Amino acid sequence: MIQVIDYKAGNLTSVLKALHYLGAETHVTQSPDDVRKASKIVLPGVGHFQATQLLHDLELTEATREAIARGVPFLGICVGLQWLYEGSTEAEATEGLCHFGSKCERFPATFNGAELKSPHVGWNSLENIREDSRLLRGVAPGGFVYYTHSWRAPVSADTAATTNYGGDFTAAVERDNVMGVQFHPEKSSTVGLQILKNFVEL
Amino acid sequence: MLTKRIIACLDVRDGRVVKGIQFVDIIDAGDPAELAHRHAAAGADEIVLLDITATHEGRGTLLDTVKRTAAELFVPFTVGGGIRSAEDAAAVFDAGADKVSINSSAIARPELIGEIGASFGAQAVIVAIDARRAENSADPVGDAEVFVAGGRKPTGRKVIEWAREAEQRGAGEILLTSMNTDGMRSGFDCELTARVSQAVQIPVIASGGAGSAAHFADVFGRGKADAALAASIFHFGVTDSRELKAELQRAGVAVRLPC
Repeated sequence: MIQVIDYKAGNLTSVLKALHYLGAETHVTQSPDDVRKASKIVLPGVGHFQATQLLHDLELTEATREAIARGVPFLGICVGLQWLYEGSTEAEATEGLCHFGSKCERFPATFNGAELKSPHVGWNSLENIREDSRLLRGVAPGGFVYYTHSWRAPVSADTAATTNYGGDFTAAVERDNVMGVQFHPEKSSTVGLQILKNFVEL
Repeated sequence: MLTKRIIACLDVRDGRVVKGIQFVDIIDAGDPAELAHRHAAAGADEIVLLDITATHEGRGTLLDTVKRTAAELFVPFTVGGGIRSAEDAAAVFDAGADKVSINSSAIARPELIGEIGASFGAQAVIVAIDARRAENSADPVGDAEVFVAGGRKPTGRKVIEWAREAEQRGAGEILLTSMNTDGMRSGFDCELTARVSQAVQIPVIASGGAGSAAHFADVFGRGKADAALAASIFHFGVTDSRELKAELQRAGVAVRLPC
């Protein structure tokens, strides 16, 4: 059973729809017990980083940490990826899971002397796909995925793929059983479904 | 590289897709769910469904249509028409929409933009603007006026100012329809689109006037649009998104191909 954490950040309908389409069984939860007992965890989310404060308030942070330590596969989507880091400049007072180092930052207003529009909305390509990534197995370099966000995670050794918009940022992150995508796989047509299928089949 | 989006629009009345010419004449073009899936399979980057009747009695039909259309649709899906409150928006999101498009109701009560954004995020709120050039003005484009009620009612508000206000209130995107070019298949209003695009940071979707691949290339270039929307050009088999994108790619526009 995939436990899909509901922390009131946007709607879950699209993510659930895609997981069901792939034959996965899901349960929407806000309970730390469910998270501790999960066989897989998905943390969706769009909107403001501040919303992840509810994860701390409901004691879901600690439950997630325990599940991850047991080796439970975890997938964070959009703000769900950002939460895996130390935090975001979008909500300085709210701490992330700190599983990956550094903070998420806003896109710069200009890049290489040209104005950079923000939010970054639309279809952009996946580059530098790590060959050992289990999440991105079968995804060709240059494959397109759908984004809508203004904050992004920096590139590090745990980055599984990058996307270029105002420089490279982390499109996907993966270390062992802990994974995240900045884009919306549930809205990214066949490429996105492939990625979700990879996760469902782990 | 971030690509330019091709958005297929379904104007829906009483559960059927229809297409008007300059907001008036209506021709039946089919079932919304079937057409949405056909467009997605043919390479459309997004689907927009606009309920042009948007009567109180029609809400049940609309939600059912949204639900059927959203099923197994794995590209972004926007629904507009008759959304007057955060509750209306919530019902549409529950039925499977990713974004809502609000128009008259945002003009009537601009707070609605922020109210929907607070619950569902700014990315989920598109403010649609129906614009008509101010032909008697010295600056017909800069003074273009916002119309509501399906283009029937002038508001006295200037398009560029309203686009800026919508952004400040938390809109995620602007859907700009030129009433001068809508349905004419003679090209988008590139001057107006460029002015609005330069006035805001959020993406601008150009609408009204698509008739050929060259028109899309023009609005992405000269018009500085981030996305472009078309309806009738696709419905009657004039072209599909994949053909259109192949032509745009040859013209040097970054598009999602293969798709």
